[in-house]
Formats: sequence, C-alpha cells, structure tokens
Amino acid sequence: MRTMSNEASVVMSATTTMPSRAKVGMASLIFMESAFFAAFLVTYLYYIGKSPDGPQPLDCLELGPVLFNSACLIASSVTVVFAVKSLARGAVGAFRLWMVVTILLGLEFLVGTGIEWRGLIEGKGLTLQSNAFGTTYYALVGFHAFHVAIGLLMLFGMLLLSLCGCINPKRDHMRVDIATWYWHFVDVVWIFVFTLVYIIGKVPQGGSL
Amino acid sequence: MTTTPAHSDPARSDPESSGGASTERLTFWEEATRWTLSVDHKKLGLMYIAAGLVFFLIGGVEAAFMRLQLMKADAGIIDPETFNQLFTMHGTTMVFLVGMPILLGFGNYLIPLMVGARDMAFPRLNAFGFWLFIFGGILLYFSYIGSQGLYGAPSAPDVGWFAYAPLTSRTFSRGNSTDYWILGILVSGFGSMTTAINFIATILCMRCPGMKLMRMPMIAWMMLVVAGLVLVAIPVLTAAQAMLLLDRSLGAHFFDPETQGSAVLWQHLFWFFGHPEVYILILPAFGFVSEILPVFSRKAIFGYSLMVAATVGIGFIALGVWAHHMFVIGMGPVLDSFFAAATFLISVPTGIKIFNWIGTMWGGRLRFATPMLFVTGFIAMFVIGGLTGIMLATVPMDWQLSDSYFVVGHFHYVLFGGTVFGIFGAIFYWFPKATGRMLDDKLGKWTFWLLFIGFTLTFMPMHVSGVLGMPRRVYTYEADRGFELWNMISTIGVPVQMAGILVFLWNVVRSLRKGEIAGNDPWDAWTLEWATTSPPPEWNFDRVPTVTSARPLWDLKNPEDPDAHYE
Ligand SMILES: [Cu+2]
Repeated sequence: MRTMSNEASVVMSATTTMPSRAKVGMASLIFMESAFFAAFLVTYLYYIGKSPDGPQPLDCLELGPVLFNSACLIASSVTVVFAVKSLARGAVGAFRLWMVVTILLGLEFLVGTGIEWRGLIEGKGLTLQSNAFGTTYYALVGFHAFHVAIGLLMLFGMLLLSLCGCINPKRDHMRVDIATWYWHFVDVVWIFVFTLVYIIGKVPQGGSL
Repeated sequence: MTTTPAHSDPARSDPESSGGASTERLTFWEEATRWTLSVDHKKLGLMYIAAGLVFFLIGGVEAAFMRLQLMKADAGIIDPETFNQLFTMHGTTMVFLVGMPILLGFGNYLIPLMVGARDMAFPRLNAFGFWLFIFGGILLYFSYIGSQGLYGAPSAPDVGWFAYAPLTSRTFSRGNSTDYWILGILVSGFGSMTTAINFIATILCMRCPGMKLMRMPMIAWMMLVVAGLVLVAIPVLTAAQAMLLLDRSLGAHFFDPETQGSAVLWQHLFWFFGHPEVYILILPAFGFVSEILPVFSRKAIFGYSLMVAATVGIGFIALGVWAHHMFVIGMGPVLDSFFAAATFLISVPTGIKIFNWIGTMWGGRLRFATPMLFVTGFIAMFVIGGLTGIMLATVPMDWQLSDSYFVVGHFHYVLFGGTVFGIFGAIFYWFPKATGRMLDDKLGKWTFWLLFIGFTLTFMPMHVSGVLGMPRRVYTYEADRGFELWNMISTIGVPVQMAGILVFLWNVVRSLRKGEIAGNDPWDAWTLEWATTSPPPEWNFDRVPTVTSARPLWDLKNPEDPDAHYE
C-alpha cells in the first residue's frame, strides 16, 4: 500500500497544536462541577424569602467573620499562583513554602466555616431541618466546603509529592499548574455563593425576588 | 496509509488470537482476570455493550410482565405494587443501564479507532467509569433482596423512573427502596461523567496526524456533542438526587410541599437533565446511521458540514426545551409558549439530518444487508416518533395526551425504533471488527423483521389507546373503555419481539464459534477502524495512520481519485 510519509511530515507539525489532554480533561471537570453548583445556586435563589417560619437570613448571617474567611480563600488563589510560578522557575523551596501558605489559608476557610456553623446551630437554632433557608443554606455552603476539602487534598498531595522529590520542576510544572485550576474554580464558586447567600439572599421576611 | 493491508496477515485475522497479541490458550480465569484488569478501550467498550445487553434482557422481561397484565381488562396476574416496581425498574434500567452504557460502550470502542488513536486519553479513568456503572447497576437491582422496608414497604423502587416529588418523600415512600434508586443512579452517573470527560479529551487531543475536526467521522462529532450534554445534564441530576437524599436522610425540605418545599422544583431539575438525556440516547444512534448509511449506499455522506452544524445545534437547543414535559403543571402561557417554540425549533436541525440521510441514499447503489436494514428502519420509525413529538409539543394537544399511552407510544418510537434499532444496526456492522467473524446475514434479517413487526404491533396501537384516554402507569383498566383490542394487539407484539431477540442471541453465539471470517474490511468501508486487523491489536494501529480527507480508506483504495482533491 501507498505510504504517505511525505505528507505525514507536513501534517505532523499541524498536530502539535492539539490541546493537551490534561488541560481539556481538567476544563471538562470544571465545566461539569459548574453545572452541579448551578443547580444548587438556582435552588437557593428559588427559595429566597420562602421561609415563613424559623430563623431568617437577616437575623442569622453576619458579614464580619465570613468576609475574613472569604479574604483568606481569595488570597490562597493568589499564593497558589506564586507557588506555580516558583516551580516554573525551578525554585522548589519557594514552591513548597507557597503551597504551605495556600493550604493554611484554605484550612482557615474550612475552620472558619465550621465556627460559623456552630454559631448558627447553637446560637440561632438554624439547622438543615429548620426551614427552606436552613436546607438550602447548609446544602449550598456545605457542598462548596466539601469541594474546598477536595481541593485541599489535591494541594496537600502535590506538597507531599514535592517533599518526597517526585515533582520535577521542568517536567511537571504544567501538570501542577493544571491541578491548581481546580483551586481557582473552587474560589470562583465561592464568589457566587457569597454574593447570593450573604448579599442578595438577605432580604427581609416576605420579600422575594 | 501504512497499516496492515487487508487479508495479508492470516495470523492477525485469526479471531482465536486475543487482540492479535498472543496465540497462547488462556484458561477461563486467566481470561476473566485479563478482562477485569484491562484498561484497553476496546475491552471496556465490549464489556459496556455486553453488560448493557444483559440489562436489556432484564428490562425486556419486566416489560413483558407488564404487557401480560395489561393484555385484557381486569387481569389479576400482577398486583398493583409489583406493577409500580416493574415500570419503575423497566424505565430506569432501559435509560441508565441499557441505553447509556451501550452507547457509551460503542463510543469507547470506536472513538480511538476512528480518530486514529491508540487508546482513550485517560485509560484508567475509563476503566474506573465502567466499574462504577456496573456497581450502580448492581446496587439498583440489589434493592430486590437488600431493601428492608417497614411492613408493607416495597422492596424495589416504585416511584417511576422520574421519581416525582412528593411521592419520593419519607411519608409516601417508606423503607429504603427509593434510596437504592437514588444511589444506584448516582453511582452510575459518576461513571457516565468520567466517560464523557474521556470522550472530549480523546476527540480533541488524540486525533492522528491530518485528522482535522472537519475530517472526523460523523460519529465522533455526535459523541463529542453527547459528551458535552452529559457534562451539563448529569451533574444537575446528581445535584437533584443529592437534595433528595438530604430530604430523605437528614430531614431537609427541598421537595416536601408540606414544609415549604417545592415538588415543581424537582420536575424542573429532573427534566433539565431528562430532556438532554433523550438526545444523549439518540445522538450516538444518529452517528451509527451516519456511518452505516454511506457505506451501504456507496456514497459519501450528503452535506457533511451541515450535518455537523445540525448536531451542534441540537446540542444547544436540547438544553432549552425541558419544560415541555411539564405543560400540565400549569406554568402559564408565557413559559408554555417559550418551551413549545423551542421544541418546534429543535425539529429543524433534526429534519436536516433526515434530509441528509435521504440525500445520501438518493441515487446510491443500495445494498440491504442487515446493518442497512436496521438503519433504514431507524429512519422510518424515528420520523414517526419525531412527528408525534411535535404533536406533544403543541400545548393544547399535550394537555389532552399527557400521561396517556400516546406518550408511551411516542417515546418508544424514538428510543426503541430509534436508539435500539440503531444499536442493532451498529452491532451487525461492527461485530466483524470486534470479533473477526461475521454475524449471519440471514438470521440478522429474521431478527430485523421479527423486531420490526413485533415493535409495530406493540407500540402503534398505544397511540390509539392513548387518544382513547388510557392513562400511563395504570396496572389495569375496566372492560367497557374500548381499550381492550388495542392492548391485546400490543401484547401480541411481545412474543414476536422476543423471538427476534432470541434469533439474535443465537446468531451471536453461533457466529462467535463458526461465523464466516470477516477479514479487515468486510463492508468495503472508508473509516480508519477498517484499516487495522479484525479484531484490532491492543495498540490499534501498527503505525499511527496519517489521513488527508474525511474518507481515508477511500483515498487508499482509489489513489487515482482521492477525496483530498475535493477538499
Ligand atoms: Cu423532552
């Protein structure tokens, strides 16, 4: 059979422009997770102002602590960029340091959410069972926190791999970069959740959108 | 083309050698271990299809019992509780454990071969997705033995495949059969999502040199759009099921109207998944038609780029029509009109496909081997199902016909006459590639005609009984309603279809042992999978092929007149 090797060399160069499967895979995962959160966000929106009885958003949600938590999470998105940049330069020490900072910031967010929840449950008597507000609030914020935890596990895994010397800056910095996309995604979702729950959602009882 | 030429390597064409890799005989356990641990997209694809066919038989038996009960008025064969379980399990099985896995299985088997790749982008993720699907399926059916309810609680899910609230609340669904339904579908849904990620990454990143997007086989386009729909639709179902699980397990109030929850919200979330799901189930079958029809018409597909555009268009519009399943809940004239209009709109790209297929057949040298018969049957029946779909999208007609047997007739024309016939066409078409042996054509034609006649007998009369007012999901009806004749005909079709399936199974068993040796390219086809051996080696291609047009094997066979000249 006829070979096409002469043409192959020409077309070969064209195929190097094909996107990396890691990028496409991660982008698809993020797209999928976005659809998941969209369902919860829409559900939250739908139930705003539809809780005649029980604790109300206006009485329960305080901006102070959650603003600090949010600042930590957003800062962690910046520090993780520093980590990736350091790795790309080959500065493994700086990479580890920034990863530790990122993980600590992420942990602060989770612990902060935990403290906030304890205040809500013990102080305001708001639980998943209280009313539509409690149901949608804990589900939305809880699923987000769950994804923060997944992201933290990924970051922690990369830190461990780096500590055992399994991450080669030259070979792996792209992979590490792509893995951190997930962390940025979790961050962006929080901005949506925060805006919906702590700003839009704090309408007085009886009001709806 | 640098792959092994046809028939030149008898050792490779020998179907006894597993994957062309080795010829040594393996014991049953060694073979089973090899399949279980495999990350090869071809083995996974075949396991998907085989598992899907097993569930197809189970779902078919469930349907047969329902038809037996409905054969005549006031039949006392099956009690109402069991009947509820039967239609729930039948629907759930056919959608999640038959349609999805078989179509995803074909995608798994074909995509790498057809775009010239050695495997999927993420082979281990692929295996993970398959075993999740199996686990989900087993979990759903385990409810029959594992589900311990309160006194009088059912053992298997009985809330319908769409599990409408508040039927699924603790109050009305006691015991844990509904939890089995949630968890089984949740787990297999995770499997579908990982597979979709794999499809997208493979199609976008793993194509062989020269395989531009607009040179891909139509089926790759269809699978790409399907994967996109899976990524949007399944997570929404997962979210809805997570909410339902919270309601049932932790006392949340998402869907419980007694405590400010909204039953309508469940319908919106479910159908936002449910309608794209219909296209997830039909688009791969469109892909089968678009591959098989040209080969048996001896013409290139008519209007390739228009076909691609129509596919992408369907993908987008499919996300905006879901509430046509909800006209009877009273959404008001604005929403009703919007969703009716969107649904009419989607018939435009679908119509384009039908015309392109007819255009492909027009003036061709048609050869009605079994795959072509199924594909032609597909077009005819899909048109009928599509037309009744347009009737149902008309709001006043829907108010009359919703939840009647007319709807059952409609979607079986789409999903059985469409998807299942497409699947059978695909099995007959690609069986030689996967096994190295042909399925018997004569038995295949028996299968086709038995299925076709049985199908028409069963589902055509449902339109009539539906118009006469027979509701869906009833376990019996009274004698004086005028339903009896039509139900009797429907039931008579069942054994005819069963005979067709039995002939098919016999055909598979017989052909695996002594079917005619297929060779690499038994249909004289044009896509890349026919360039390698049958069955293909584990690495698919000895040398990664290079293509210069949408029909690489045409170029190879007709060097004096390659397609590339016309691009
Ligand atoms: Cu629909």
